[in-house]
Formats: sequence, structure tokens, C-alpha cells
Amino acid sequence: MSTPFYVSPQQAMADRAEYARKGIARGRSVVVLQYADGIVFVAENPSRSLHKISEIYDRIAFAAVGKYNEFENLRIGGVRYADLRGFTYDRADVTARGLANVYAQTLGTIFSSAAEKPYEVELIVAEVGPAPEDDQIYRLPHDGSIVDEHGSLAVGGNSDQINSFLEQRHRDDMTLAEAVKLGKESLARDNNGGERELTADQLEVALLDRSRVQQRKFKRVLGPQLRRLLGEDSSSGGSSATSGSGESDSSSEGDAEE
Amino acid sequence: MEANTRDTGRLPAAFLTPGSSSFMDFLSDHAPDVLPGNRPLPAVEGAVQAPHGTTIVAATYAGGVVLAGDRRATMGNVIAQRDIEKVFPADEFSAVGIAGTAGLAVEMVKLFQLELEHFEKVEGSALSLEGKANRLSTMIRSNLGMALQGLAVVPVFAGYDVDREKGRIFSYDVTGGRSEEVGFTAVGSGSVFARGSLKKLHRDDLTEEQVATVALQALYDAADDDSATGGPDMARRIYPTLTVISDEGCRKLPEDEVSGLVRAMHEGRLEQPNGPKAPLS
Repeated sequence: MSTPFYVSPQQAMADRAEYARKGIARGRSVVVLQYADGIVFVAENPSRSLHKISEIYDRIAFAAVGKYNEFENLRIGGVRYADLRGFTYDRADVTARGLANVYAQTLGTIFSSAAEKPYEVELIVAEVGPAPEDDQIYRLPHDGSIVDEHGSLAVGGNSDQINSFLEQRHRDDMTLAEAVKLGKESLARDNNGGERELTADQLEVALLDRSRVQQRKFKRVLGPQLRRLLGEDSSSGGSSATSGSGESDSSSEGDAEE
Repeated sequence: MEANTRDTGRLPAAFLTPGSSSFMDFLSDHAPDVLPGNRPLPAVEGAVQAPHGTTIVAATYAGGVVLAGDRRATMGNVIAQRDIEKVFPADEFSAVGIAGTAGLAVEMVKLFQLELEHFEKVEGSALSLEGKANRLSTMIRSNLGMALQGLAVVPVFAGYDVDREKGRIFSYDVTGGRSEEVGFTAVGSGSVFARGSLKKLHRDDLTEEQVATVALQALYDAADDDSATGGPDMARRIYPTLTVISDEGCRKLPEDEVSGLVRAMHEGRLEQPNGPKAPLS
């Protein structure tokens, strides 16, 4: 057997990081924005069933970019972690911080274990609190580090550009419609400063709405409601006039999650 | 490269194993001792004294189904609790009412709610109503050992079937046997009297308010003849719980609404202590 070449640990880690980063950069982005009543997630995702944004627990949601099978695996692990914790203690004892820590440990171990291929994923774990200042957003890059974020945030493909676009325009007291529109505009930026046209059909939008009466604050924004929020619904004049109250209508209409 | 290979803080393998959407399957894999059915049964002689929940009634109406429960828990001849709640929402479109050993039943319901929610989150879509009913069957069966020692749990499961667009009721026996009921059912110690009452009062074309009154009448009749079923406690303002499930989801009627219905029924009973009379033919 031949002796393997010596690779310095720095080089080995740099190679793994490079590998993971390239995988993540291939995917389309997800943006997360705080708005007046909670946190909204906007992703470019033409699929109706393979979600990038999902519910983890009452107040906690999950968004991810990168390889679907890898983040789906982590998502299910997170749901199991949250449900088990809520079952053994209480629903109030499931926190985004706890979940983000477990994800960070998991990603970190996988990243530094030579036997495993690093995960090509970047995760967001967000929790909506009773008041805007209690909202928490954590970003979890592929290497197991954990970043506490506020306001607005993008991960995935050209996240740097989207982030700088968002930074200039995002306010914490935006309405839902403003936040979703800003999310869409930011995702429409492409690498060389140009802009593409994105429609409601290409977007996956979900929110953690603190004003929801139900215990589970997560809600997907689908079809007609999304078009109305984006102002694409020009068919009837009446609907745009009621779009403000329409949000509260739909939040009380129950957990039609799918 | 791993500094600590034994306990790295990462999610254990069971968490990341793909395949099952069931929380109970996950528990039996990862933490079997937490599952209610897996506890070793100590040998006991005679009946175990533990609070028992009593009567639950369920009845369908034009737009869905209503599930009502009295508020009494008994332990032998003692009233263990006079304001216990025995009807719980299982998810958006279903609810479960429990009769039998209260402690075990509440735990079973908690696990059942979680099982449905877990499936919904993992799969991205809710179980069918039949699927939910079958899941509950499995859970009751896992409690058979306890049931044989006198700690039985017998639930009623009611839900709105969004595919068939109607309310449906499922009743169970201690072995997990499941049967779908047409129109109405009752379980618990006062169920015999409640069912007799429902038989005379229930019709398919009732409105939500009417079916709620029918359920309250049935519970009143059960409390009239069964000492373990609690009637409405006018002095303490403890009234039966009423949960309505329709195409809009599962809704527990607020106390002022229930108290209005109870007071109206009580007024009638002051005139006719045996309740409304059904026509002879």
C-alpha cells in the first residue's frame, strides 16, 4: 500500500469548507425578514411539495438551502427533537436556541469528522416571541458555527448581494405585504446586478405570525393570498381594497397548513 | 478529528434515521421507556384506586359533530375532581373525549395529539380521519395490560371528515376494537342513560345549537341516574364542556355560550324534571 500524501489540517478543512460552500452556492436563496407581526420567510422554490421552509414547533420554523436530502434529514431530526422535548417537559420549554445548538453540534461534528462528507446546507432557525424584541433568528452555516441575526437575512446562492440589498431597505415595522414584496424583489436580483421577474408561482412563502390565536404560529401563504400580498391579483378591484384585513381573516381561518 | 467521540452533542442516530413519520415509532426506537404501553406492570391484588373520568357523549349534526363531557372524576365513592376536562382537541379537525382512568387517559391524549401533529409536520399533510382513528386504536391496545388490572381507558373519537364533508364518530372498547357510530354515541359510567336520552332526542337535521342542547340533555339524564356523572353545578358555575367540530375546525364553546344553553335547559327541567318528551309515534 502506498503512503498517502501529507495534507495539512488547515488545507483539509479549507477544502471541506470550499466543497460545502460551492454546494450551497448552487442553490437558490431564502430570505428571512422580521415584520410588525412576526417573521416572514420567502424562498424561490418552484416546487409545491418539496419545501425549503417548514414548521418545527409552536413558535419555531426552519428554512434551509443546499442539498435537499441533507436538510430534510436535519429538519425531521429537529421535529423529533422538539416534539420529544415538548412531550417530556412542556411545550414552552422548546426553544429555538436549544434547537439551534443541537443543529450546530450536529453540523460541526459532521463537518470535522473525516469519515463523513460535509453537509452542503445552510440553515435558519427562527422563533417568534410575544413581542418583536423577543424574536430570535439563528443562522447555521455548514461548519457548525451559529450566528444570531436580527432584522433581515439571506442564505444561499448570491446571499451577499441580497443581504446588502435588504440591509438598505428593511425596517422592523414593515407590514406583511411590504415584507413579502421586499423579499421577492431581493430574490429577483441576480449575480451581475440585473433583475429577473419572479411571480407568486415561483415563490414559497411562510410566516410565524405572533397575532395568530392558535398555539401553532406557523402558516404557509399560498396561491390567492400570496398573489394578493404581492399585488399581482388585478382581476378584482375589491380584493386589493380588503388586502389589509384579508391577512387577519386568513390567520383566523384555521390551520389549513397544506 | 473528533475531540469527543462518545458524546458530541449532535443529534443521536435515531433522530436522523429516515423512514417513519410516526412519533410513537420514533419513541419506541429511541426512548421506549417513555411510551405508556412499555412499562412493566406490578402485580396488584384487587382494584387500584385512581380517579376515573365518567361520561362523554358525541352526536353529529348537519354541519359536523359535537363532543360533550361532564366535569366529574370519581375515586370509588369520593368525587376526586369536580372540574376535570375530558374532551381535548386532537388536531384541527378532530377531538377526543375520554372515559376511564384519568391519569392514563390524559397521557394517552397528549401522545395522540403529538402523534397527529408530528405526522403532519414531517409529511406536510394531515392523516386521514380513518388513519387517525386507527392510530388511536393502536394506542388503546397498548394499554391492554393496564386495562386488565382495572385501569382502562376508553375514548370516543370524533372529527370532521374533510373528504366526505361530514362529522364522524368512532367508539372503542378496551382491546382497541374500533367501530364507527352513526348519529351518536356515549361512553363511561353514565353512558347507558345518556344513550337512552340521545336515542329519543337526536335527529340528523339538527343545527349546531340544537345538537349542543341535545348533548347537554343527555348528560343531564346521565347525571340524573348515575352517581359518578356530574350534572351542571349551578352554584360553582361548572358546566359540561362542549366541543364543536365542523368544516371550520375544532372549537370549544366559550363558557358564556355554554352557560346560556345550560340555563335554558335547566329552566325547562324546572317545569319538566324528566326533560323534553318525545312524541309517541
